[in-house]
Amino acid sequence: MPDTSNGQPSDQPVQPAQAAQASGRPGGGATGNAPARGATTGATIELENLTKRYPGSEAPAVDNVNMEIKAGETVIFVGPSGCGKSTTLKMINRLIEPSSGRIRIGDEDVTGIDPVKLRRKVGYAIQSSGLFPHMTVAQNIALVPKMVGWRGARVTARVEEMLDLVGLDPREFHDRYPRQLSGGQQQRVGVARALAADPPVLLMDEPFGAVDPITRDHLQDELIRLQHELHKTIVFVTHDFDEAIKLGDRIAVLRDRSHIAQFDTPEAILTNPADDFVSGFVGAGAALKRLNLTRVRDVTVEDIPTAVIDDPLQSIFDLFRSASINEVLLLDRHRRPYKWLRRGDLSRAKGSLARAGTLVADTVTRDATLRDALEAVLTDNAGRVPVTGRRGEYTGVVDMETLMNSVHELLEADRLDAVEHQHQLHEARSHQTHLEQEGAAGGSTPRGPGQEAGA
Amino acid sequence: MSFWEYVGNRRTQLLLDTYQHASAVFQCMVAATVLGVLLGVLTYRSEWAGNLAITVTATILTVPSLAMIGLLIPITGLGVAPTVTALVLYGLLPIVRNAIVGLRGVDPDLVDAARGLGMSRLSRLVRVELPLAWPPILTGIRVSTQMLMGIAAIAAYASGPGLGNEIFRGISSLGSANAVNKVMAGTLGIVLLALVFDAVYVLIGRLTIPRGIRA
Repeated sequence: MPDTSNGQPSDQPVQPAQAAQASGRPGGGATGNAPARGATTGATIELENLTKRYPGSEAPAVDNVNMEIKAGETVIFVGPSGCGKSTTLKMINRLIEPSSGRIRIGDEDVTGIDPVKLRRKVGYAIQSSGLFPHMTVAQNIALVPKMVGWRGARVTARVEEMLDLVGLDPREFHDRYPRQLSGGQQQRVGVARALAADPPVLLMDEPFGAVDPITRDHLQDELIRLQHELHKTIVFVTHDFDEAIKLGDRIAVLRDRSHIAQFDTPEAILTNPADDFVSGFVGAGAALKRLNLTRVRDVTVEDIPTAVIDDPLQSIFDLFRSASINEVLLLDRHRRPYKWLRRGDLSRAKGSLARAGTLVADTVTRDATLRDALEAVLTDNAGRVPVTGRRGEYTGVVDMETLMNSVHELLEADRLDAVEHQHQLHEARSHQTHLEQEGAAGGSTPRGPGQEAGA
Repeated sequence: MSFWEYVGNRRTQLLLDTYQHASAVFQCMVAATVLGVLLGVLTYRSEWAGNLAITVTATILTVPSLAMIGLLIPITGLGVAPTVTALVLYGLLPIVRNAIVGLRGVDPDLVDAARGLGMSRLSRLVRVELPLAWPPILTGIRVSTQMLMGIAAIAAYASGPGLGNEIFRGISSLGSANAVNKVMAGTLGIVLLALVFDAVYVLIGRLTIPRGIRA
């Protein structure tokens, strides 16, 4: 029996530490709000011993992948080129037929069903958008709904709805041809087409690989928003680890032949990479990347003395006098940060509020990531930045110290999660080993649980 | 008799020949298109089958047209049959070759996308691959038509229809008063017909190539 005592949180389809998901990331939370628009929500995907062998080559291209993807979850396959991540994805809708193993979507075993039928239930978006250039945007989107037998008005309405959903004005884009769209718009239409017949599962094969960084960023935000509304099960292939962190509820880091090096939440992978391969892939600056996963609203911001521009001057003087404070944030009538007032500013300006102090240069919203906040703090000449709420009103201040404390807390919490997760995993494995030892007499051992972890 | 007087005198005969010529070419083109595209569709996915189809149709084209008619007469007899057979065979190459090149040239990502969306083999072919390969196929048909216009004249050798008869009559009566006029009338008629057909193809292209892929 393989040794299981050094179990890393790697290849097993074991549930990840739940706590790690509760960090308020935009894409997180599979079972959060109720789905909008009465649409079909995600279905589970199970891959069981999935293997692809090409004739004439000794080693399989994809070797014995086991994975459980929860309904409504966004799972990212990330790995170096040629690691078989795309092949694995294409086996889910059987664009590539697996040599052995099983695929289950929802509760249905789809390994043997008509692939054409299967694909109509599985949305598919690819890198080059794959829009048919001889059809208009509307015709492209209407393709799958028409194939599954929708008729007339329902198709038309759906096309409008989908264009709307991906942020394109139906009146403007309905009759355009793909070549009249920018790369980003084409990609949006590609996603709209993939989702048009309301499939529970969406497969995306490096969909944002060919667009410029700014557009890619927009498209990623858009996908997060979409997923928030739709709760599909998304499997997304990329070689960009930052993209994986941004979009994934869980990330599967794949190495050669699609062996799963680690399958876990972004937080867990960042703080506790399973091995050198994963940490190599995570790259330098895991702590910095961690900042991307947390929003300002999730950390405690400091409260500082404030005054409103309409306050009588005397009360501001009193404020400085009463407490040993050096700085007051002056707010405008709508309680938006307006000026920084230092001790002495008022007297230098001869008591005129209009001339005193320095204007607030930068603010961050509560929805900004800690990375944005850090950027703002670093560029601010006094190292602090006001945090604003939805309508720009003051809610607090972040400075270097708050940020550092928050990050330390976060990393510590992640570490604890990881330890607990490892513990769970270990238990699960010993349990499995135990079962296998019992069942070994019957010769029904599919594989040793520790085999791939160390491969 | 001047050339125009000749044309004026013989206009009924000439018009009939022109009509028959056009009709023969048109019908042969329809047959060659159907056959050629079918051959292309059946063979483009296999490297060797596609190349075989192109090589065979190219070889047919190298057979001198007079010889081809001569070889066909013992099999099909005189008249329309050898004409049609020969024309269809000659017309195949540009269509088959362009169909194969066009179908093979469809972006594999698009075919992948079509499969991924759940289109069946047939609907992929009819709704994606053929429409995208249509511009080169249409070019093949156009080239083929131009070629057949000239070759169809030879049909008169096998007592076939068309303006070739006019040319042959001229050649066989060389030295007589209207010999040159006859050859001229036949040739000019063919050139005119070719121009008209070409104009029609431009129009067909406008109407059938979707705006999204029009050059």
